[in-house]
Amino acid sequence: MDTVNSIKFTMPSLSVNESAARAVVSSFIIQCDPTVEELSDIRTAVSEAVTNAVVHAYRGTVGNIELTVKLLKDREIYIKVRDRGCGIADVEKAMEPLFTTAPEEERSGLGFSVMSSFMDKLKVNSAAGKGTVVTMRKRLAAHGD
Amino acid sequence: MKVDIRNENGGAVAAITGEIDHHSARTARSELDRYIINTQPRTLAIDMGGITFMDSSGIGLIMGRSKLMKECGGRLEVRNAQPYIKRVLKLAGVERIVKIT
Repeated sequence: MDTVNSIKFTMPSLSVNESAARAVVSSFIIQCDPTVEELSDIRTAVSEAVTNAVVHAYRGTVGNIELTVKLLKDREIYIKVRDRGCGIADVEKAMEPLFTTAPEEERSGLGFSVMSSFMDKLKVNSAAGKGTVVTMRKRLAAHGD
Repeated sequence: MKVDIRNENGGAVAAITGEIDHHSARTARSELDRYIINTQPRTLAIDMGGITFMDSSGIGLIMGRSKLMKECGGRLEVRNAQPYIKRVLKLAGVERIVKIT
């Protein structure tokens, strides 16, 4: 991974930090001069990943969420959201559209679908009782495209 | 995030401004549900023209209010959804259940 610049920060899994995570990511990638749509896509994907950690990984408790953002060569954005919460027993099932374990909170079960649609690549690694790592990549259009 | 509800032609319009995410959706949900249950409008239009961000939490917000409106004998619609918001809503096929303009 050829990293040009990176930022990493940790926040408690409080729902109010969902917007803070978006703000930090926006501030960091603005140096790449993304289009409004690219910025919107990345902010949305980050919001989904962080919300999953808040709602599912640390349900009823508060733990840390680590957010890493890297600018790679050729204008590729790399994002990693890591929690050390309950983990996902069946990742394949969890990634099915409309699957949710929190219907009482009106979770639509589309978080991973949004991440997948709005980013170029999505990878989810999880182990029950150990936590989850979501990595996403998106290549920004070259200037002048 | 802010919700302003006004009467319009026998129905109601709820103008939401700001960002809709899991955190803020709870406030919108609470305010809209209280209004729907207490007022039972025939129609409720969610005006999304002032929304600056929305993730999939907005899908749950719209679908949940649509269900409640139907239970109360009314109908929900969405107005002034920007292309970006329509894209999120279409991921869930919301346009098949709720009129979106």
